[in-house]
Amino acid sequence: MVYLKLMFIAACFILSPLQSHAADGDYGYPIPGSYEATIIGTPAALIPPLPAYIRTRQLELDIFPDRKKPPIFFHDQGLLCTFAYQKQKAPLVFLIGGTGAGNQTPRLLTMTKALYQAGFHVITLPSPTHSNFIVSASQSGIPGDLTEDAVDLYRVMEAAWNEVKGDIEVSDFHLGGYSMGATQAAFVAKLDEERRLFNFRKVLMINPSVSLYNSVTRIEELLQQIPGGAKKQGIFFNRMLSKFSEFYRYGNFVAVNENFLYTIYTEKLFSRPETAGLIGLSYRIGLGGMIFSSDVMTNSGYVVPKNRVLSPTDSLFDYFLVSTHLSFYDYFNEYFYPHFLKQRPGLTKQALIDSESLRSIESYLKTSAKFGMMTNENDFILTKEELDYLKQLFGERARIYPRGGHLGNLEYKDNLAYMVDFFKK
Amino acid sequence: MMIVIRCHVIRICLALMLSLSLAGCATTGVNSQAEVPAMHSINEFRDQNFAEVSDPWEGFNRNMYRFNFYVDRYLFIPVVNSYEFVTPVFLQERISAFYNNLGEVKNLTNSLFQLKGIESMTTLGRFVTNSTVGIGGLFDPATSFGLERHNEDFGKTLGYWGAGSGPYLVLPFFGPSSVRDTGGLVVDTGITYGIYSAIDPFGFTGNSFPIDASITTLNFVDTRHNQSFRYYESGYPFEYYMVRFLYHEKRDIESGRPLPAD
Repeated sequence: MVYLKLMFIAACFILSPLQSHAADGDYGYPIPGSYEATIIGTPAALIPPLPAYIRTRQLELDIFPDRKKPPIFFHDQGLLCTFAYQKQKAPLVFLIGGTGAGNQTPRLLTMTKALYQAGFHVITLPSPTHSNFIVSASQSGIPGDLTEDAVDLYRVMEAAWNEVKGDIEVSDFHLGGYSMGATQAAFVAKLDEERRLFNFRKVLMINPSVSLYNSVTRIEELLQQIPGGAKKQGIFFNRMLSKFSEFYRYGNFVAVNENFLYTIYTEKLFSRPETAGLIGLSYRIGLGGMIFSSDVMTNSGYVVPKNRVLSPTDSLFDYFLVSTHLSFYDYFNEYFYPHFLKQRPGLTKQALIDSESLRSIESYLKTSAKFGMMTNENDFILTKEELDYLKQLFGERARIYPRGGHLGNLEYKDNLAYMVDFFKK
Repeated sequence: MMIVIRCHVIRICLALMLSLSLAGCATTGVNSQAEVPAMHSINEFRDQNFAEVSDPWEGFNRNMYRFNFYVDRYLFIPVVNSYEFVTPVFLQERISAFYNNLGEVKNLTNSLFQLKGIESMTTLGRFVTNSTVGIGGLFDPATSFGLERHNEDFGKTLGYWGAGSGPYLVLPFFGPSSVRDTGGLVVDTGITYGIYSAIDPFGFTGNSFPIDASITTLNFVDTRHNQSFRYYESGYPFEYYMVRFLYHEKRDIESGRPLPAD
């Protein structure tokens, strides 16, 4: 019937060819291109063997019991977290997903399984940019501010811990996150230094942004490579789609499955700018969901008329088209910045941008021994200068891989082994 | 007795569906404050629509989508979870293989309907191999012999012979479909049922109804067990459109005729 995995892949489609990589060290992750690695991820044969079933329970946390949710979010009955638990006393790792990630995102599940196999309890948390989080766990309903997101995340961790602490024995607390979740993890760890509820022993950041604004700028630039610019994404989408389906019909394929998608990659169906455009487009489709959910929760009249109450059966298609045509800059300038300006009169855009960055807490990050950081030389959400900054900031606590794009190698066996090992030490 | 229970279940389901559609109506118009136009609207963009699928009954479909969410949440998923809890993984895999093998009958009839010679032979080969060497379909040695599975159904057959998909339709219990595929589902079910009644494998026991009912129920549980999809799980507020688009596109691509190579 419907394959959610296919949903993810089709939201990105695929691209150009596998070259044999130069032998740099012993690192065996095979995909050299940054965009290609980001879309394809890790080939199944290079993911380590993981248990098919693990002992888990889904938590449904009622963070704000008095909150009245809009009718179109009737299905949202609390913040969902996945809790994997050992029978014996063990350390507990909280994991924060990247932009748009839910608590059961495949990447989070792989990390959970790898940690579970090594004897950890794990609780996965959706990203504060995910609708479930915006609706059920965000105080303001406006995601993207690292300080406020950290407060929200901490509140969720506390609630999750209260829910499970009667059932398990915990020796230590750890924290990990990838992409935007990695950057947020740094802010959550800093908050924990004041609150001291968990006293995280280790904190691992995987493919973090240095500055959220700069990273999103990198991604927006990908979409500007399409003909006519970002506002013509519908035309671009339809053109890529017909390319995709024609390719299927010319070839002798059995189904739209992984084999077919892999052939698209080896046969170079999409050019490099097209590939870039597809990554940018899938990001925009995710961003549109975040903007819409936030607007409904705050009744700001940004894409949905103010005071309109949408019913569960109303068509949302126009909102879908409008929200996905808005850029991150639109969101920032017209929605995000005005909200914070109202709270902090005199706030400049630059000051807000600067606060959404690891640099704003660098003295803490520089000295705290609990941190570890993993990223890749060709992660396109970082500039060269930002990569150097991370190397210098984390020194020996940094592990930089020669390739993998943005998160493409996260599930690669060496990377997962490094992650598990980091928390074990 | 069974029939009475079944009627009862159907009545409960109808009542539930009806109450859900009424609840949908009741929630509109609650807010009395005047609406203010949004900052951005559809009129400002000069671009093609995308991910669009013919869906004139969207209100009904969204109701069914929601109905399926509740059925999943309060019935199917708890059943599937208990099934996974009590059944060893090895046994689960054998059960799935068994039903997959029975499904080859549907694949075979439909590849014959589409006059696909090689594919029909492959599917027949799979069925014979797995039914014998694979011990009644419990194992799938055919795939390792290079006989690839070709999923076919009557909806695809209709598509192959040029029938368009028609409007999108969300069926209660079954989920995303289209007018054409709903017709296909009815035909496939009829053929399977016809073949099954003709063979009547448990007729000799004199007690075939409970056995048949168990086989059907287990088939349903196994099917749901193999589907990782959960309604609204993505949390994406436009999930309905993503599911609709991907369903339609996948069916459209897979049921089309191959184009001649240049």
